[in-house]
Amino acid sequence: MKLLFERSVPGRGMDLLPACDVPAAEFDPSLLRGAAPHLPEISEIDLGRHYTELAKQTHGVNDGFYPLGSCTMKYNPRVNEEMAALPGFTQIHPLQPIETVQGCLEALYTAEQLLCEITGMDGMTLQPAAGAHGEYTGLQLIRSYHLSRGDTARNKIIVPDSAHGTNPASASMVGYKVVSIPSNPEGGVDLEALRAAVGPDTAGLMLTNPNTVGLFDPNILEITKIVHDAGGLCYYDGANLNAVMGHVRPGDMGFDCVHLNLHKTFSTPHGGGGPGSGPAGCKEFLKPFLPTPHVKKTETGYELYAPEQSMGKVRSFYGNFLVVLKALTYVLTLGKEGIPEASAGAVLNANYMMSKLVGSYDMACNGLCMHEFVMDLSRQAHDYGFTAMDVAKRLLDFGMHPPTMYFPLIVHEALMIEPTETESPETLDEAAEVYLKILAEGMEDAEKLHHAPLNCAISRPDEVGAARNPVVRYTFEA
Amino acid sequence: MSNIPAELKYSASHEWVKEEDGVFVIGLTDYAQSALGDIVFINLPEEGDEVTAGESFADVESVKAVSDVFSPVTGTICAVNEELLDDPAQVNEDPYGAWLVKVENVTATEELLDAEGYAAVVEAEEA
Amino acid sequence: MGSYIPATREERQKMLESIGLTSMDQLYSIVPEEALLKELNIPEGMSELEVAQKVSAMADENKKFRSIFRGAGAYHHYIPSIVKTVTSKEEFLTAYTPYQAEISQGVLQSIFEYQTQVCELTGMDVSNASVYDGAVAAAEAVLMCQERKRSTVVVSGSCDPQTLAVIKTYCGSRDVPVVVIPAVDCATYLEALKAALTKETAAVYVQSPNYYGVIEDMDAVVAAAHEVGAKAIMGANPISLGLLKTPGEYGADVAVCEGQPLGMPIGFGGPYLGIMTCTQAMTRKLPGRIVGQTTDHDGRRAFVLTLQAREQHIRREKASSNICSNEALCAMTASVYLAAMGPKGLRQAAESSAAHAHYLAAELEKIGFKLRVNKPFFNEFLTDCPVAPEKICAALEAKGILGGLPLDGGILWCCTELNSRGDIDALVAILKEVCA
Repeated sequence: MKLLFERSVPGRGMDLLPACDVPAAEFDPSLLRGAAPHLPEISEIDLGRHYTELAKQTHGVNDGFYPLGSCTMKYNPRVNEEMAALPGFTQIHPLQPIETVQGCLEALYTAEQLLCEITGMDGMTLQPAAGAHGEYTGLQLIRSYHLSRGDTARNKIIVPDSAHGTNPASASMVGYKVVSIPSNPEGGVDLEALRAAVGPDTAGLMLTNPNTVGLFDPNILEITKIVHDAGGLCYYDGANLNAVMGHVRPGDMGFDCVHLNLHKTFSTPHGGGGPGSGPAGCKEFLKPFLPTPHVKKTETGYELYAPEQSMGKVRSFYGNFLVVLKALTYVLTLGKEGIPEASAGAVLNANYMMSKLVGSYDMACNGLCMHEFVMDLSRQAHDYGFTAMDVAKRLLDFGMHPPTMYFPLIVHEALMIEPTETESPETLDEAAEVYLKILAEGMEDAEKLHHAPLNCAISRPDEVGAARNPVVRYTFEA
Repeated sequence: MSNIPAELKYSASHEWVKEEDGVFVIGLTDYAQSALGDIVFINLPEEGDEVTAGESFADVESVKAVSDVFSPVTGTICAVNEELLDDPAQVNEDPYGAWLVKVENVTATEELLDAEGYAAVVEAEEA
Repeated sequence: MGSYIPATREERQKMLESIGLTSMDQLYSIVPEEALLKELNIPEGMSELEVAQKVSAMADENKKFRSIFRGAGAYHHYIPSIVKTVTSKEEFLTAYTPYQAEISQGVLQSIFEYQTQVCELTGMDVSNASVYDGAVAAAEAVLMCQERKRSTVVVSGSCDPQTLAVIKTYCGSRDVPVVVIPAVDCATYLEALKAALTKETAAVYVQSPNYYGVIEDMDAVVAAAHEVGAKAIMGANPISLGLLKTPGEYGADVAVCEGQPLGMPIGFGGPYLGIMTCTQAMTRKLPGRIVGQTTDHDGRRAFVLTLQAREQHIRREKASSNICSNEALCAMTASVYLAAMGPKGLRQAAESSAAHAHYLAAELEKIGFKLRVNKPFFNEFLTDCPVAPEKICAALEAKGILGGLPLDGGILWCCTELNSRGDIDALVAILKEVCA
């Protein structure tokens, strides 16, 4: 594949702008750049073909099964895209007079109301642009709350060792020390460890439920009580909300604040890594600390205001507005029956697929799972010499995206499978067959799997070389 | 089987130590480099930094992991092997030549192991 | 009610039975009874047609201006047709972060190309794969300059107030002191800035063109920062860099931009694009994902996410930033935009924006809207206002024109290549009437 720059021919290009109809502005030469940037000079057809080729080397949700655990790669409905592309949204300036943006504010307000009901929260900011950004915002709510009470001793956040890496990283960003507590064998919170960890220095607990092993923690009410009794707050990481939305709400489990990943649970596309949207919601007592501005509804219409003890801003304007619109469209489409049906469908699909693999693959836990399950390839690694990585790479040859590998960290050879509700039973049947076929291949000839993938655009890349000698941009000939 | 030179001292967290006229030279053992895999970067402290026995003073990155390096001694760093910043692979290729730091004004040390004692630690971990 | 579940109810029942269950409720038997939700209190679902009507009705509640003279952080530029065509390709739209390099070469290569283009644009050595927006890029930039013995951040108050607000939030939670030097005459107060610098200063942040449109004396800012051993961070408008001196040429250590003008609609504030670039020496301090070039097992060129051990999923609480999702599709948007425009087109957009702004400024001066300061500006400028700014804006609004932003008793005007001479003349004619 040629790079854009390798397709460039001097003098080529497109005629996009008219000749300027006013005199040129004059600048002192000391204010001007010395040489033009090396940007591609390319015709429209060559540019179009370039990206068509790149698209062929990109696996999207519509290219095949995409059971990436904890990422919720569900189908991204087209109507969402169409709504977010309406000129009545895309061509609205964020600093227009308030009476000219009532539709945008209604969309934000409605999205907030719906997502609050789904999570059992009382207020929500849509400003955070991604899940980690929402985590940061949620933790800032906790911090602001403790500080507002003069409670400066609370500087520790408790995070189970099975948590996603963003949890401890976000806690550090708000200046908290991270206390990691071990999980019980089901990946749940070890109650004794939690009791031992809480105290007058506990700012809060961050938790995903269902947890990263795919199990709902049945002690959840006890867990949140232990933290509250110690004066801490409970933070719900919404990464796995797709398992339970419409059935059980973080607010009813005892959580004080949450973040959501609209690009996971609420069907907005991942875009190859973004843009996402990570709203942070909270109970009534934390609302005064939400970022500014926040939308409210009055008798005369929608207004923006600054919450009285606001933490400030975490991003410019109102967040990834067009992404929020996609999620709003999705929630309106599914509605009160569709939301719980979607999560139940996700749990059903995961259990159905797991039932086809259990017995052949070892599961990290037995019994029913929620929306995802974790397989452990430790036995195969030991007995036959092939690993989770080898299985994942071989899956690529079958046109499937591999599951999440080597996460959670507490399972050594982990493959985490999250089929989502938008896959049909045939897709799950076919996928399970492929997983079993690869297992048989590995037991017969592990060496073959070490070389996988065999049919992709590239074979396994040299990641060590890439990290030791970083080449992170194209170099132009002098 | 990993290489454990008899003339060096070791910590149970897989650092080697060599004392030269009151200056302690510290590096990673052969077992450590092998367990870490291909090292792609080493975050080193600066000259003049204080280190404390049993506490992390550097970290070592492989492609998908990062591991702390613990100081076996308490003292002041008087030299840093800056070659490793450009060529961390030296630690994989020559773990006992590729020292990380030198420490002076040492006021305390961990209980250090001799080669035999360290071999027992490695054997236990491999089991 | 809409649903995206392929399996029919009958099929789902069969699947349930195959795992030894009889009803969907049993899937949630582990949830404590008292926590179970009885009924989700939101409206019933809708067909696609009904939803489309409902959401379109919201869009219709907004007023779309045919002519926009307002910037202040969101810029209305022409978006070439090919940009939307490319970025709406389903593969790019729906893919996850490219952790599996073998089936993600398309996304990885596009990010590598983006990194190269924004390095060229800013004159810097290294770029990451993007952050959330320009304000967050600035906040992450000041944090990446933290050193053990240097933490204070000095920020010129001439920057976008939203950027300043985000910097304050990010620094506040980490107890990083922020010293704000209030702007004087719409620009950085250099003497005060210099006086604020000490050996504890980690970084200086100045935006140019600044919030008031003024091109700052960045040579002096960078020299002052480096004089005390602090890092110089420059915020820039990416379109202006088609014409104006780059952060790299000024000697900045880190350069950040709000990338929205590069092909993204103003879209009521997002999604936008945080561009973050730095010098080679700062590579490992740069947060977020970075794509690197390598070879595959068979020696072919390949692209991968690299330097990952800096990131949160590996370093956990020791990571310098928690960012994981970024704005990848917006980065691709910028990349297609820059490729479509090419060096000539980008320069043309920059020159045209500046030319129209200067023409508007001259025309406004003729009718009594005096420029607040006589300093070089790019495509934004602050004028005094002979009548109340709100009155001006209301009159323009009635004619379908979004006027400049009322600010400090005056108006902050903005032009791009989309504001033709005819539009400007029409605007000035209306103002004349209002002021008469």
